[in-house]
Amino acid sequence: MEEVILEFDKLTKKFPGVVALDEVSFDIFRGEVHALVGENGAGKSTLIKIVTGVYQKTSGEVFYQGKSINFRSPHDALQNGIAAIYQEFNLIPALTVAENIFMGHHFVRGKFVDWKKMEEEARKLLDFLEVDIDVNSRVRDLGVAKKQVIEIAKALSHNAKVLIMDEPTAALAQKEIKTLFRIIRFLKESGVTIIYISHRLEEVYEICDRVTVLRDGKFVATKPVKELKVEELIRMMVGREVGERFPRVSHTIGEEVLRVEGLTRPGVLENINISLHQREILGIAGMVGSGRTELLRAIYGVDPWEEGKIFIRGEEVKITSPPEAISLGIALLPEERKTQGLILLLSVLDNLGLPILPNIANAGFIDEDRLKQIGEEMVEAMNIKTPSLYQRVMYLSGGNQQKVVLGKWFARKCDIYLFDEPTRGIDVGAKVEIYQLMNRLVSEGAAIIMVSSELPEILAMSDRILVMREGKIAGEVNREEANQELILNLALGGKNHYARTP
Amino acid sequence: MPEPLETKKEKVSLVERFFILWDRIGILLAFIVVCILFGILTPVFFNPLNILNVIRQVSIIGVIAVGMTFVILLGGIDLSVGSVVAFTGIIAAGFQVKWGGSLFLSIVIPLLIGGGIGFLNGFISTKGGLHPFIVTLGTMSIFRGATLLVAKGRPISGMSRSFRFIGAGMIGPIPFPVILFLGSVIIAAIILRRTVFGRYIYAIGGNEEAALLSGIRVDRYKISAFTILGFLSALSGLILTSRLNSGELVAGEGYELDVIASVVIGGTSMMGGEGGVYGTLIGALLIGVISNGLNLLGVQPYWQMIVRGSIIILAVLMDKMKRRFRTA
Repeated sequence: MEEVILEFDKLTKKFPGVVALDEVSFDIFRGEVHALVGENGAGKSTLIKIVTGVYQKTSGEVFYQGKSINFRSPHDALQNGIAAIYQEFNLIPALTVAENIFMGHHFVRGKFVDWKKMEEEARKLLDFLEVDIDVNSRVRDLGVAKKQVIEIAKALSHNAKVLIMDEPTAALAQKEIKTLFRIIRFLKESGVTIIYISHRLEEVYEICDRVTVLRDGKFVATKPVKELKVEELIRMMVGREVGERFPRVSHTIGEEVLRVEGLTRPGVLENINISLHQREILGIAGMVGSGRTELLRAIYGVDPWEEGKIFIRGEEVKITSPPEAISLGIALLPEERKTQGLILLLSVLDNLGLPILPNIANAGFIDEDRLKQIGEEMVEAMNIKTPSLYQRVMYLSGGNQQKVVLGKWFARKCDIYLFDEPTRGIDVGAKVEIYQLMNRLVSEGAAIIMVSSELPEILAMSDRILVMREGKIAGEVNREEANQELILNLALGGKNHYARTP
Repeated sequence: MPEPLETKKEKVSLVERFFILWDRIGILLAFIVVCILFGILTPVFFNPLNILNVIRQVSIIGVIAVGMTFVILLGGIDLSVGSVVAFTGIIAAGFQVKWGGSLFLSIVIPLLIGGGIGFLNGFISTKGGLHPFIVTLGTMSIFRGATLLVAKGRPISGMSRSFRFIGAGMIGPIPFPVILFLGSVIIAAIILRRTVFGRYIYAIGGNEEAALLSGIRVDRYKISAFTILGFLSALSGLILTSRLNSGELVAGEGYELDVIASVVIGGTSMMGGEGGVYGTLIGALLIGVISNGLNLLGVQPYWQMIVRGSIIILAVLMDKMKRRFRTA
């Protein structure tokens, strides 16, 4: 019989006008890796925030080690051994690794910080996790993966018994994910309970023991991962059949619309050559930091570059700012939807209108009727689920937010789309919708470059795949010959004879 | 932030609407309560002469606060407004008294200079990548010094009758500065609500990077907002100089505080992206009424400063609470 460490009993949380959690009951065993899945808005974050004391429950009970708890603050939860690692790390960049690990409970000797002891203890913790990080380096000098390890070490320094990880792999490269999983397994063996939240179902199957599905704030099921098929899991999350996960439609490739020749930005991009055609989806794979995002930003005129040429529909162009790119029909769907793609405080309509306002204004005055009409068209065309055009986008789900970003360019009638991680952090059902929208764009004559860290998505949706490594194009792979291994090999620098090197 | 459920979202927006309404009415309510309170405590308060006096006084700060609303909506700040008031005031006085007495030049040149200083503030902070706080801290000192330099250390007094109209004239029962103030409020409100410029101000203040990636020429709009503020500061300088019948060296000292307070009390977020100019109107009136009322009650100026400071903090706290409730 497994020992229950956390138990939820009819846990309910109401916000003004919204029931975010509706009588949710399930339990979590000591020492298991328990996945929490559900679409955006399912109530996962709310549940976590109640456990960690960020929110207070409305009704119901949470039992922790057999006792009813009601933490008033994250500090409270931490004191009791419940720690959470969010996507945005809570680290202080200017301070050292050791200081960050023991933030809030510095070792002191008298009135002074006991640096020696702190470094020693930090080193012990990192050794325990079997990672090699200098405890005296500044956190700002470290990469995402190492920062995450420091967060884990920080949690352990509080003797965390329950560790909650919210989308821990979102910003990690394949290799780093392996390290993370090793650490998770290790922690599990040491008796730490892990609650694992992720949209990547492959990971749930790889690392988790049991999975709990939430939908619309309600509990759907808790099952051992082994007894659950992916299709069934997705159906439980979405509440309906999703159909194919990657609904690809092939199109006749048209003429070249974008050509990049020898694009170079020292230290970032080196001699990049790209040819993109009408009705084509060109996938770009590669590790985080391989220059994928930088390439899109260079084409879009956000970041400067030194050498090279860009041709749009056969004509050489000089793009030095986003407005110039947009006037040539180029649109960018940035990597970070919330911080780069949208203005969260503004309404759906305001966001949709951003790139087109000057086109529908007379002497600076906006034609409100026209704007509203375009807004309605886009909400319909993109199938954006919103109660009204005047809803602030911050209240929409991730998938619907991404549709707003897409709609904004669709309204502007752009036809060369640069997609950077178009489905990151979006739930399964909405992903399919984004793919369908991509198909639709392509069928209407657009061309798409899609940068993605999710290989299944790249493999399924692209006509051709470019793999980037260290600022260079490491190889080009045809749709027919592409597979996960081949791409990883190229991305990591392995030899491959099938791939053409430009 | 929670992720409200699709099906129940309509209620959320109702709640949100309630808070937006409460936000506007809240400050208005505070204003009315304060007025009634002073009316009861000192009967002189509702005397027409006193009311005229208050709104005339408010106009001088208010005109600048309208411009500051643009800059704060963009997430910026301008500390140099008081020095711009003094500098443009002394230039106006110079043209009135020393350099030929042309009414036209003594109005147009200061306005151009004010706009120019605003442009400079915006240009340096955007193109140089400096925080406007630092840039305008610099220009604040520069133009206070320039004021002393131009005036050679002494006030310039004795304006023409026609110039005196700007600050002391009446159109019917309404003082001319009040018309300038209300006019600028209405024009600013229309710009913010109905024009591309206005919508882009909110967009940039809400999320500068997203605005940039959406193809908005962020720098251009920022510079424009600072230019508008400089222009309106100069207008305030003209009103003040005309009203005092003198270009004073210490004119506008400390104005930046009252101006920023008006905007913030009026509900515009220091983070940018939220707020509007009607709030600023009430904010400026509230500050004006409070200092007037306390004056009438014979409260020491020291206490007035303490009261004013407390109100600013209270207003921002209320704003914060509202925000927390909305996103909770």
